[in-house]
Amino acid sequence: MRLPARDGERIDRSRTVSFAFAGWKVTGFEGDTIASAAFAAAKRVFSRSFKYHRPRGLLCCSGHCPNCMMTVDGVPNVRTCVEPIREGAVVEGQNVRWSLDFDFMSLTDKVGGPFTPVGFYYRTFIRPRAAWPLYEKFLRNAAGLGKLDPHAGHSRRYDTEHRRARVLVVGGGEAGRAAARDAAKAGPGVVLVDEDARLRDLALDGVEVLAPARALGVWEGGLVPVDAGTLLYRFRTERIVVATGATEQPLVFPGNDLVGVMLPGGVRRLIHDFSVQPGTRAVVLGADDETLSVAEDLAEVGIEVARVVDLRDSRPRELVAHGGKGRVRGLLLDGEDIDCDLVVASGGRQPAYSLLAQAGARVEYDEALGVFVPTEVPTGVEAVGSVTGEGLSRIAPEPAYPGKGKCFVCVCEDVTTKDLKRAIGEGFDSIELAKRYTTTTMGPCQGKLCHLPSIRLYAHENRMYETAVGTTTARPPWAPVELGLLAGRELAPVRRSSMHWRHEEAGATIQWAGPWKRPYAYGERPEDEVRAVHESLGVIDVSTLGKLFVEGPEAVALLERLYPNRFGDMKPGRIRYGVLTSDGGRIMDDGTIARLADDLFYVTTTSTGADAVTAWFEWWNAVWGYEAEIVNVTGALAAVNLAGPSSRDALQRLTEDDVSAEEFRYLDARELDVAGVPTLALRIGFVGELGYELHFPSPAGEHLWDRLVAEGARPFGLEPQRVLRLEKGHVIVGQDTDSESNLFSSGMSWLPKLDKDDFVGKFALEHFAQREEKERLVGFTMEENVVPAEGAQVVIEGMPSGRVTSARRSEAVGNVIGLAWVPADRAEAGTRVEIQVDRLRRGASITHGAFFDPAGERMRS
Amino acid sequence: MSFLLSCPFCGPRPVDEYAYFGEVTTRPTGSPSLRELTDYVYFRDNVAGLQREWWQHRTGCGEWFLAERDTRTNEVLEVMLPEPRKPAS
Repeated sequence: MRLPARDGERIDRSRTVSFAFAGWKVTGFEGDTIASAAFAAAKRVFSRSFKYHRPRGLLCCSGHCPNCMMTVDGVPNVRTCVEPIREGAVVEGQNVRWSLDFDFMSLTDKVGGPFTPVGFYYRTFIRPRAAWPLYEKFLRNAAGLGKLDPHAGHSRRYDTEHRRARVLVVGGGEAGRAAARDAAKAGPGVVLVDEDARLRDLALDGVEVLAPARALGVWEGGLVPVDAGTLLYRFRTERIVVATGATEQPLVFPGNDLVGVMLPGGVRRLIHDFSVQPGTRAVVLGADDETLSVAEDLAEVGIEVARVVDLRDSRPRELVAHGGKGRVRGLLLDGEDIDCDLVVASGGRQPAYSLLAQAGARVEYDEALGVFVPTEVPTGVEAVGSVTGEGLSRIAPEPAYPGKGKCFVCVCEDVTTKDLKRAIGEGFDSIELAKRYTTTTMGPCQGKLCHLPSIRLYAHENRMYETAVGTTTARPPWAPVELGLLAGRELAPVRRSSMHWRHEEAGATIQWAGPWKRPYAYGERPEDEVRAVHESLGVIDVSTLGKLFVEGPEAVALLERLYPNRFGDMKPGRIRYGVLTSDGGRIMDDGTIARLADDLFYVTTTSTGADAVTAWFEWWNAVWGYEAEIVNVTGALAAVNLAGPSSRDALQRLTEDDVSAEEFRYLDARELDVAGVPTLALRIGFVGELGYELHFPSPAGEHLWDRLVAEGARPFGLEPQRVLRLEKGHVIVGQDTDSESNLFSSGMSWLPKLDKDDFVGKFALEHFAQREEKERLVGFTMEENVVPAEGAQVVIEGMPSGRVTSARRSEAVGNVIGLAWVPADRAEAGTRVEIQVDRLRRGASITHGAFFDPAGERMRS
Repeated sequence: MSFLLSCPFCGPRPVDEYAYFGEVTTRPTGSPSLRELTDYVYFRDNVAGLQREWWQHRTGCGEWFLAERDTRTNEVLEVMLPEPRKPAS
């Protein structure tokens, strides 16, 4: 029910807003929160509790407790007490079977009590073991909070913003504002964040105010992430001022979770902000002046205050809230039944020290105040206001008041005093263990409302002092945060070659290849593209290859150290295939190394290896200090591979330079002018036909591509290229090799020059050269026309003995061919093995070398 | 991990800008035994305390440098450029 209009209320009574609340139409005013409007419309039950499905109503009205969490427009676990009202919103209860007012699962509260003590599922559901999946399914459904729809799309878009602040003030209370004002006098860069939306309009000279926004934690390096709804600010700060104040703690007595038992702050917010009448007849329970003075607020708006119980003077032998249908109807106080529908109770205010503890402050029990306070605040961090304990009055209520009924220490996780006592009885003798066993303080409030009560009770039960019990570790996030906000937006850049749009125009199927988008094929029939390369002319965009210049008087010395290959004897204008190995002798990457001049080399790497190889080269040269520069030109240069029997003629038509077989031999590198573009042409044969890899400035990509296509080159994609290279038995590093493969096992024992001076991997390769390899990479030909999957098992004498790394159907070979790892003693050519294809074993025979044109005459022609 | 690390060229920057390349190791010379080689390739001291380690300002200037860091607190006591030495043979 609404109170008459009052000064200072936040609602605008001239503007109404309607929304659906658990199926009911509710109308509130602009300025209301969802919960305040629903409360004004006589809605009292907002949720069902985690475990027992007990009805729960408003408790703190400040976004801390779990009681008002509902699903709003499909977003679960929204704190409706701080969520602004909006027209047409659909608000639904969660963890409920049937309705908020009648929940089937509340049976667990009625009958489950004795059978569901703390930790019951660890013990009860352990036998029989095999039944656990069944139990789990039931348990997961029986308890919990909101449900996330796994099929839902993005409900909103989240972003991250990196910011700097000289001084970041967390908390916009009096102390926080004063600190911000002072800091602003010393210069700019002062930011104040507060979770209360009302502070949005706060004007402080020289201070940027962010509200509603929550500081989620304090990380090293002064990093403070701030949750501002759909935007996550990552603040780098020089100084952090924590002014998070103190949080009211629930009083622990039987029935303390009934609908109608509220914290004083919540009652004050309902009255003063929203002009909502919190009840008709109230009892106030407290052990400090601030709590007890809520009686004046109640009286001011005409609510009858049946009793004010000052727990400092009296120690009730019985203090029980009771009611029907989960709502409070009265309070039993030492045998007397006080009729009421509102119990305002608080166990005092606990400094909200979490951020300080995360920053490295110590937290100690202050016996004079009866609460935990932060001490030894680290440099760069400051605590101001009541978070330090300043201005708080001494408070020490009973850890729990006696009486019949469930008495909650932790409302989030439905942990009762009985649960905690039982955990202690079972020997969980440290607060950290008891916390994990009972899950007290582990719910949505993250201990804001239950940490102090848990420790008070724990100390009492163990006959210890709170000082000796200590606290549990404070960890981020301090406030609940949407996962989407932490995930942010996918901002990994997509890499496309400078010819990419030509591929799209040509109808290519585009696929991911590492960070790149590449054409898979240009039509439904990749085999046609393969045939074009074999019979006439094809062109493929290979701009994704890593490309490095290594230049300097000691460039050759550096490369000699980095590769197992020899380069000193290479003449300028020649190319060599090189494989990089780690010091463990394992294959890291491969590519071609062209010597362009005595002191200039052009190195290509695999498409995914470009950055790693650059870093690898630079690291070793930081160790050795050779006079050589390493420049990564992967993005600056585009590249295509023009391949096929007529590639020489096509290239000759586009250049005035002589590219005849005599002038431009296999494994030659030439600088050419191709269609007006300065080009580095490498005559290599990855796809097994006469071919030229043309490297040229990226901006000329479309121009050169168009000219090559006009000369009759048929574009081919990754898939045909895979077939072509497989026909040659060429290895793809990372597909046919893994982190265990070395040059000997991969059939490249000809490559390392072990008589060279020390190079990376030499020691390991020397050891490998002397031992028997267990496995070898070999080719195979299937007996039947079926293609095994990559990773398929190779079966020898009924035992799984190896695995397929590549397999394709080849028209040119007339068979299904592939590469596989097999035991070294079964690696001889002609050995018959079986390969698992779907559920059948199919025969295959081992081969060595290239499947197609084994002498390599075509690429050398 | 969110500490600030000072690049010898660019000054203090968030650690996410850097690539970590592990503790400084000594590469065996001559003809090491398999055991020495395995120690060098696979084993690390993994100290809880001061450690000299390699970093690269990967998304910044690209420089490789050494840092002296307390692995318990992430306090970086010193950053320095390496003193390169060519291998003996």
